Amino acid sequence: MSAPLLAVEGLVTSFPGRGAERIAVVDRVDLAIAAGETLALVGESGCGKSMTALSIVSLVPKPGRVDAGSVRLAGRELRGLPVDAMRRVRGAEIAMIFQEPATSLNPVQRVGAQVAEAVRLHERVSRGEALRRALALFESVGIPDPDARLGAYPHQLSGGLKQRVMIAIALAARPKLLVADEPTTALDVTVQAQILELLRRLAGETGASVLLITHDLGVVNELADRVAVMYAGRVVEEGTREAVLGAPRHPYTQGLLRAMPARAAAGERLYEIPGAVPAADAWPPGCRFAERCAIAQDVCRAREPERTPLAGGGGVRCHAVAAAR
Amino acid sequence: MLAYLLRRLAWGAVTVVGVLLFLFWLFFLYADPQDVARRALGEKAPPEAVAQWLANHGYDKPAVWNPAAPLDTRLADHLRRMLTFDFGKSDADDTPIAARLADGIGPTLSVTVPLLLLGLPLAVSLALLVAFFRETYIDRAGVVLSVLAMSVSILIYILGGQFLLGKVLRWFPISGFDPDPGVVLRFLALPVLVGLVSHLGSDVRFYRAVFLEESNRDYVRTARAKGASDARVMARHVLPNALIPVLTNVSLAIPFLFTGSLLLESFFGIPGLGSITVEAIHANDFATLRVMVYLGALLFVAAQVLTDVAYTLVDPRVRLG
Amino acid sequence: MEGHVAGNLGAAALVLLLAFAAWRVRGSRRGRERFGEIVRRRPWASAVVALYLGVALLDSFAWIDAAAPGTVAAPRSLLDRVFPADFGERSYSAPLADAEFYGGEPLAHPGRHLLGTDILGRDVLHLALGGARVALLIGGVTSLLAIPLAIAFGVAAGYFGRRVDDVVFFVLSTLASIPSLLLLVALVMVLGRGTLQVCVALAITSWVGFCRVVRGETMKLRELDYVQAARALGVSDARILARHVVPNLGHLVVITFVLTFSQLVLSEAILSWLGVGIDGSWGQMIDQARDELARDPVIGWNLGAASAALFGLILAVNRLGDAVRDVLDPRTLRERAG
Repeated sequence: MSAPLLAVEGLVTSFPGRGAERIAVVDRVDLAIAAGETLALVGESGCGKSMTALSIVSLVPKPGRVDAGSVRLAGRELRGLPVDAMRRVRGAEIAMIFQEPATSLNPVQRVGAQVAEAVRLHERVSRGEALRRALALFESVGIPDPDARLGAYPHQLSGGLKQRVMIAIALAARPKLLVADEPTTALDVTVQAQILELLRRLAGETGASVLLITHDLGVVNELADRVAVMYAGRVVEEGTREAVLGAPRHPYTQGLLRAMPARAAAGERLYEIPGAVPAADAWPPGCRFAERCAIAQDVCRAREPERTPLAGGGGVRCHAVAAAR
Repeated sequence: MLAYLLRRLAWGAVTVVGVLLFLFWLFFLYADPQDVARRALGEKAPPEAVAQWLANHGYDKPAVWNPAAPLDTRLADHLRRMLTFDFGKSDADDTPIAARLADGIGPTLSVTVPLLLLGLPLAVSLALLVAFFRETYIDRAGVVLSVLAMSVSILIYILGGQFLLGKVLRWFPISGFDPDPGVVLRFLALPVLVGLVSHLGSDVRFYRAVFLEESNRDYVRTARAKGASDARVMARHVLPNALIPVLTNVSLAIPFLFTGSLLLESFFGIPGLGSITVEAIHANDFATLRVMVYLGALLFVAAQVLTDVAYTLVDPRVRLG
Repeated sequence: MEGHVAGNLGAAALVLLLAFAAWRVRGSRRGRERFGEIVRRRPWASAVVALYLGVALLDSFAWIDAAAPGTVAAPRSLLDRVFPADFGERSYSAPLADAEFYGGEPLAHPGRHLLGTDILGRDVLHLALGGARVALLIGGVTSLLAIPLAIAFGVAAGYFGRRVDDVVFFVLSTLASIPSLLLLVALVMVLGRGTLQVCVALAITSWVGFCRVVRGETMKLRELDYVQAARALGVSDARILARHVVPNLGHLVVITFVLTFSQLVLSEAILSWLGVGIDGSWGQMIDQARDELARDPVIGWNLGAASAALFGLILAVNRLGDAVRDVLDPRTLRERAG
């Protein structure tokens, strides 16, 4: 693989727990995204995938903070960047789309102005020019009647249109990397497909890389080139879409795939991974999936597995896979 | 939107009628007219004097129902007086109430208007500052200081202010009032200062909570993800959205603009509506007190309706929804 | 019934209530955890509130001793008995002084008045401690009147909606539209002066806030799936209210009580200032001391003791109130991990 656009190494993000200790909700996470590539970060809610995304752009809500690791964008280290320099990275180089379009737009500002603000924050253009850019963006994200919609307030738009506005805001400063955090989860099923199609088309047209955060393996299958699976703050398996979805090695990934309704034959009882994700302050010392794993050995409960490289550039953290080598 | 405002206006009118009926019950049905007269005239007043006083003040009429003359009842008098602002005369000394109120409004406004105009920006900017530094020591210190300040009784602020700034440092006169523009500021400085400080704690705390709640919303995260600086996020996104609860809080202070602060006025010797109310309390002047309560409620309701108008200006969801 | 007998019964009822509450809290794991969390967050405020409560209870149990010939016996509380029966002077004396402040006459109890004496020669420490009982009385009696009223009307309005809600909402907005100090003063004037009257007036002004909170919460509870299911299954309204609605209002009542308490005590201080407060309150002490700062030399110990006692309680209750709200109200718990 050529030098990645985004390289995350050893990222740790923590929140204060009881007393003085801090709880790492993102624990030594490594990710790499090549230019023009779409990486899907998959996991259940609470596994730390959204916090990973927010850590990359230094937007972790207080009292959380990024404790360790490096985040390099096109070779440039973002961690430790002065506040103002980081501000110029956000939006211009890395843009974000969030899960809830209903609450993610400012309710008392016209949507056109919100897109224009994103343009003017990074380019010295006039108000009028920024609005013309917003109009063009509205057209490219497929908002019907874009001229009139520029003057609308968020509450006057449907959920799908609001998410299109969010995408327009994200693309306003022509970012190199688009971070989409569950972009379709809050939408109706029919709208979901349209938004996914739009994201795919725009990523192709602009050549931007995409970090797609989702719990929905169907979405992964639609969009992703590569996949990273997160469990309890750790990346447990990563690789190409074909490898991870076609021949998963980690028992957790296997369980996730078996639990997909589309994979179950008619009448068959849907598979379900036993137990629940442990809370962030109660992560076990060994492999974090051990308690729910059907093939767990003593070593799994005692020691955390190292990353085992796989053919095709992927890797997996599992004692069973390591032992089979 | 017009329908919305008309609905609000109608509801306000209903509330005012409710207040009038409550006051009628309290002052004319629950309070015994004989007792009111005795309190005004003294325990040893002869029965003829009491009867004379009752007739003079209209307390001798039937309460609600007078078959002979349906409009010659205490209820009808009460409603007519309040709704036409012809408040009749004081229970204590027979002076016309409306005239006294007209005299008092000037001194009251000269205290309360500066108090509001200075207090709102002060509290809002302090709260913005504290909220801007949330989860830091500045924030924590701000919160503790606010709680400390709001735990002090206003009585202590008044006595302390008079003692320290008036008596020990001799910066201001301890009390008094002179409408002459050359000296009026000297007399107003201390009450306004004390009033400012006494409200600061709870106001800063309230506004901080408002700003923090707004700061945690999703659209703020979007604005920051766009690359907006913290200051810009506060000024362009948080502040416009926080205006709604701020407006609500300000509207609660509007009746106080006119009814005045009972304590500040009576203690600093400012001959405003607050002092008139306190005198009415001491003189058992039910008629004046009744009028003050009614005016306070009327202004509150008016302020509510005005606030709703203001909402439509700041919140497109109300204006267009 | 004589005043002090009623006081004893009330205090006994309060002790039983506290014991019952403590037993209920100890009985449930969640109760113990939450109580522990509140105390852990605000150790100082909890201790101070407990101290005031202890002093107030000490001053709440009183009885009459046989009177000496030629005098009228008055009831004396446990607190009063900490001080000697004749622990008074004729006029002002400074803290720990040996002689009267004006004139220099020797004192009956030289050097033993820790905070001095007031214009009538009463021991200031004794008066300041006695104020705790009045503060407890204000908060306790008012809440006892306001909370049941607020729950009854708030639950009825929130649960039954429509006409009932219209009527309750009308009453609430009518009362809420009268500036509270004016309403309070008008009520005390008409009801007459006295402890119960002041508490009734405070209850009428404060139940509105309680009732709004209860009404809103009941509306939310009514929409919950299991309540809807119970209704659909034909469970009677009375049973639903008793089993599913009222028990879930407990934490709100506690939060609102703590947050309202300091307002009540501060309001009473203002009433005292206006001359219509409760005998023996800190507000009354401050009111009586209002001219002492203008004297020369200044007499500050009366005002200082009353202000400090008032401030200490209000600060502790305010700090505790924040913790109680944060711990008992799950809405303030923030989502952390993404």
